[in-house]
Amino acid sequence: MSLLKPGHRGCAGCCDALAAKFVLDAIGEDCIVVSPTGCLEVFTTPYPESSWGVPWIHSLFENAAAVASGIEVALKALGKKNNTRIVAIGGDGATLDIGLQAISGAFERGHDLLYICVDNEAYMNTGVQRSGATPLYASTTTSPAGKISSGNPQHKKNMPAIIAAHGSPYVATASVAYAPDMMKKVKKAAQTKGPTYVHVHAPCCTGWRFEGSKTIEVGRLAVETAMWPLYEMENGVITNVKKLRNKKPVEEYLRAQGRFKHLFTAESGVEEIKKIQAIADWNVKNFGLE
Amino acid sequence: MRNRMVVVEGSFAVAHAVKVSRPHVISAYPITPQTHIVEDLAQFAADGEMNCEYMNVESEFSAISALIGASAAGARTYSSTTSQGLALMHEALFNASGMRLPIIMTVVNRALSAPINIWNDQQDSISQRDTGWIQLYAEDVQESADTIPQLYKIAEDPDILLPAMTCMDGFILSHVYEPVILLEQSLTDEFLPRYSPEIVLDPKNPMSFGAFADPSTYTEFRYKQEKAMAVALNRIEEVANEFNDVYGRYYGGLIDGYLLDDAEIVIMAMGSVIGTIKDAIDELRSEGESIGLLKVRSFRPFPADAIKKAIKNAKVVITLDKNISIGKNEGALCTEVKACLYNTDFRVPVIGFMIGFGGRDIPISMIRNLVTKAKLVEKGIFVESEIVDLREDLA
Repeated sequence: MSLLKPGHRGCAGCCDALAAKFVLDAIGEDCIVVSPTGCLEVFTTPYPESSWGVPWIHSLFENAAAVASGIEVALKALGKKNNTRIVAIGGDGATLDIGLQAISGAFERGHDLLYICVDNEAYMNTGVQRSGATPLYASTTTSPAGKISSGNPQHKKNMPAIIAAHGSPYVATASVAYAPDMMKKVKKAAQTKGPTYVHVHAPCCTGWRFEGSKTIEVGRLAVETAMWPLYEMENGVITNVKKLRNKKPVEEYLRAQGRFKHLFTAESGVEEIKKIQAIADWNVKNFGLE
Repeated sequence: MRNRMVVVEGSFAVAHAVKVSRPHVISAYPITPQTHIVEDLAQFAADGEMNCEYMNVESEFSAISALIGASAAGARTYSSTTSQGLALMHEALFNASGMRLPIIMTVVNRALSAPINIWNDQQDSISQRDTGWIQLYAEDVQESADTIPQLYKIAEDPDILLPAMTCMDGFILSHVYEPVILLEQSLTDEFLPRYSPEIVLDPKNPMSFGAFADPSTYTEFRYKQEKAMAVALNRIEEVANEFNDVYGRYYGGLIDGYLLDDAEIVIMAMGSVIGTIKDAIDELRSEGESIGLLKVRSFRPFPADAIKKAIKNAKVVITLDKNISIGKNEGALCTEVKACLYNTDFRVPVIGFMIGFGGRDIPISMIRNLVTKAKLVEKGIFVESEIVDLREDLA
C-alpha cells in the first residue's frame, strides 16, 4: 500500500494527492514530510485521522522551508540524521508567494533537504484565487475575466530559475501526468546532497474547470504544447530536457480548461492566444524542446 | 559565595545560562537590544564550547519556525528576540504552543514602533499574552540567567509541554554590567535533566503534527493548553524551590513580596523596576509609611490566587505597567489584578499607573509621587488609571 493512505478528503482527480503519492513512492519510509498550509494539508489530516504513513508536520503557510531546515539541523544535533530525507511539499502560493523568503533562506543556508512545489497555479484551498504561479490570462476568482479584463494580467513567476540562482545542486521540473519521469526526478533530488528542488506541474480539476477524469490528459497537453517544459538543472546548468516529437498548438491546452474559456468567446481572444503561443514558442527555443 | 561572583554584561550571563542548559539547536535573527545574547552564543559555538547547532536565519519568523521543526524532531531549543522581532513571530507563537513544543526564548523587552524606539518597555511581550506561552519576568541579571534552566524544566515537564519566554528589560538588564554568579555546568546538569521527549518526528514511529481540527475537536486543544498552564502554576513554584535547593538562590516562584505582609499600600510590578520600587519603599518605610511590594514573576500563567492571598491586608493597590492597552487606558497588570478580585468579597481600590514607555527613566522620586497620588483614595478621592510622567510641551 502507498505511504499516503486512502480515505483522505481530496477531490476525485486531485493532483495534490497524486503528487504526494508519487513523492512517497519515490522516497520511501525513511523521510520526514513538512507541509505548509494548503489543500494537501487539509484533506490528508482531518484530526484525529491522518493519511500519512511517514512522520509529517504542518506548521504555518509561509514557513515550511524554515521548519524543514530546523528538523534537518535538529537531526544532525541529535546524531539522528543518517539517511533520513527531509521533504517539504508545498503548493504554489506557499512556494512562490508567501513562503518565498523562508525558502530563499533555507536554500542559501544549504540544508540537506528537498523542496517539492506542487503547482496548480492558484490558491485552490481558499477558492481559486490567483497566485504568482497563475499563468497569463487565466481567469481566477481574484483575476476574473470580465468586460474589461482578460483574466490574470501577469506572467507566471519562474521559480526554478530563482532556486537555481541560489546555487542549488539539483533543480527539476516535472508533471503529475508523467509519473515515472516525476518519480525518477524526486528520487534523484532526494539522493543529491544539499537543498534540492522539484517543481511539479499539477492540473487542478476544480480550479481549472475540467472533468476529474482528465487530470492526466490536461497535464500532458501542458507539456505537449510546450506550456510546461520538463527539464533538469544541475548546479545551474540544464542537463536534460524532454524533447517534443509532435508539438501541439497552445489552443488545444487552453480549450481543455474552463479558466481560459473567455479567450474563445471574446473578440480580443485571438490576440491573447497569440501571446500565450509566444510563451510556448519561447520555451521551445529557450529549453531546446524540439 | 561572594568570591564566585564575576562582573559581566547581562546578555553574557544569559548566554552562559543557555550554554550550560545544553540546547541542541539555537536559531535567532539579530535585533537591538537582543544582539549581545546571540553574539555571545554564536561565539560559544564558534569556539566549540557548546555541543549545539547555531542557525543564522533570514528573519525572526524563520528563527521561531526552525525551532518549531527542531523541537518537533526532539531537540532542546532556544531563541532570543525583542520588540518588532517578537511581533513578527506572533503567528508562529500560537503555533508552537498549539503543537505543545517547549521552546525557550529570552525576550529582551523593548518598545514597539511607531514611532520607532529601541529602548525598554514591556509592550512587546505583553502583546503576546494570549499566545499560550509561559511568561516569567526577571528583576535583575542574575534572575534573567537563572530563569533559563528553570524554564526548560517547567516547559519540558510532560504534563506541561508549553513554550516559555523569560522577559528581561532591554538595556537596563541586557546591557548592564552587574556582579553575578555564572551558572555552574555541574549544578545545572544536576538540576536540569536531559530532554528526551516521547512524541517526536521519527520515521520509525510516524506521527502527524499540526493536523486540521474542525469544530468537533478544536476546542479541546485549547482546553488542554489551559489545563497545562494550571499545572505550570504549581510547577513554577516547585522548580523555583528545586533551583534554590541546588544553587541557593530564590526569586519567588509565581510572585515574591518585599515588606508585604503588613503593608496597607501595595505596589505591584514586573521586571527591573522592582529594584527601584524597593528603594522607594525603604525610604517610605523609614518615614513611617505602611507600604510593601508584590513582584509578579509569572504573568502567564497568571497567579490570581497567590496575588489575592498576598494583598488581603491592603487598603490600596498600585500597579505599575510598562505597557498600555490603547483604548482601555490601562496596562495589562492593572486589568488582570482588577479582574482577579472581582468575584471575591475582598474590595480594594486598584490604581494603575503606566510608566516608563520607550525607555523613559523611572526614578525613585517618581515612585514616591505615585504613592502620594494613590493615597488620595484613602481620603475618598477617586484616582483614575493613567499614563504618568507626561511632558507638558508634547502632551
